[in-house]
Amino acid sequence: MIEIRDVSKWYGSFQVLKSCSVSVARGEVVVVCGPSGSGKSTLIKGVNGLEPCDEGEIVVDGLNVGVKADLRVLRTRVGMVFQNFELYPHLNVLDNICLAPMVVLKRKREEAEARARTLLGRVGLTDHALKFPAQLSGGQQQRVAIARSLAMDPVVMLFDEPTSALDPEMIKEVLDVMSDLARDGMTMIVVTHEMGFARRVADRIIFMDAGEIVEVRPPEAFFTAPESERARAFLSKILEH
Amino acid sequence: MSAYNWNWAVIVSEPYVGWLLDGLAVTVMLALSSWAIALVLGTVIGLARTLPSAPLRWLATGYVELFRNIPVLVQMFLWFFVLPELLPREAGHWLKRDLPHPEFFSAMVCLGLYTASRVAEQVRSGITSVPPGLAAAARASGLSLAQTYRYVLVPLGFRIIVPPLTSEFLGIFKNTSIALTIGVMEITASSRQIESYTFQGYEAFAAATALYLLLALLLLFLTRRIEARTRIPGWIARSNT
Repeated sequence: MIEIRDVSKWYGSFQVLKSCSVSVARGEVVVVCGPSGSGKSTLIKGVNGLEPCDEGEIVVDGLNVGVKADLRVLRTRVGMVFQNFELYPHLNVLDNICLAPMVVLKRKREEAEARARTLLGRVGLTDHALKFPAQLSGGQQQRVAIARSLAMDPVVMLFDEPTSALDPEMIKEVLDVMSDLARDGMTMIVVTHEMGFARRVADRIIFMDAGEIVEVRPPEAFFTAPESERARAFLSKILEH
Repeated sequence: MSAYNWNWAVIVSEPYVGWLLDGLAVTVMLALSSWAIALVLGTVIGLARTLPSAPLRWLATGYVELFRNIPVLVQMFLWFFVLPELLPREAGHWLKRDLPHPEFFSAMVCLGLYTASRVAEQVRSGITSVPPGLAAAARASGLSLAQTYRYVLVPLGFRIIVPPLTSEFLGIFKNTSIALTIGVMEITASSRQIESYTFQGYEAFAAATALYLLLALLLLFLTRRIEARTRIPGWIARSNT
């Protein structure tokens, strides 16, 4: 479903991604973890072309991210959820969800709204359709953002630290929605520091450090017996507290 | 100074009150027509300054720097006295002789193009102060660059700049007084005319002052309503009313 081949990227003279290769199968849930600055977000943003790579190639569902005509189609099929939600503040919840389906997929308003309301029910926000983003809690905003991505009927969902900006009591409601999505067979790449979620939901863990993919392993193996010294050091730091 | 004979009746008696009201009408027409030019052109140029295309950005920047760095008074003289001489003979003659009220149209073009450079700066700052993550979210969901501008950047950017645009709008009313230097009979010119006919300069300019103030207060009232209508629930500044 997703092929990342020998991808490298530089910011000026600083190399953020060093020849990264990994493939993700249909229906698979992959968690990307690693210390901050390790290139996790850059890698995941490469998958929908928000951060174009300088070398190598990324192919999603047969579409090449580096080809302009492919990229537009690809973006309609790859949903992305951001750390800071990025809901459009001037549109209410319903319009936030309907914008891309109506503008990009040319769906009729009634059709888009019906689908939006179904999705709002799925993320537990049926009663908030007419509110504006600033009138919702962080957890609610992030669930709207997930519904907004799902409205495009994506084949892949990317999550870029979806719970990092949330208060602790709101993290669970977002993770629960993501777990449901994984159970329904969505192909997902999730950058997160939520190791409990990774352990429960992920099929594989990608561990990155300093722009390199250091380990790609099933969660149990990764958490109980990490192969590399770097992964051991990382895990000891985040699992201690 | 010899004793000044106050005579407030002058400003409410014919023909002087008629001159003041004609002046008011000219001021309003000149301000509104220049504002139409400024808003349309300023928006186009301001948006061009935020585009990825470098040549378009340079062109727009050149316009802004040219028009906002030459004093309006000088620009007024250039449009009215110099331009007709630079044009081919036929066109110059048409401008000077055949066009009815050439001074009005020169002033309109001058104020419109000058204010456009200032509006362009407001528009640019509005667009660039929209959090970049919002445009990324729009692009990630498949919106084209043009669609991202139309549905996200422009609606938000313009809401942000409603208060400074209000000042710009009030400013254009005050700048119309400069048009008296090329013979436009707006409020200030009418007051000067009353002074030279009646020697009641204090009363005449007091009347002009009052008219400008009343105009500004009326406009402020209207623009406040626009600000209230475009306010996003829970976003940006709260109202101080």
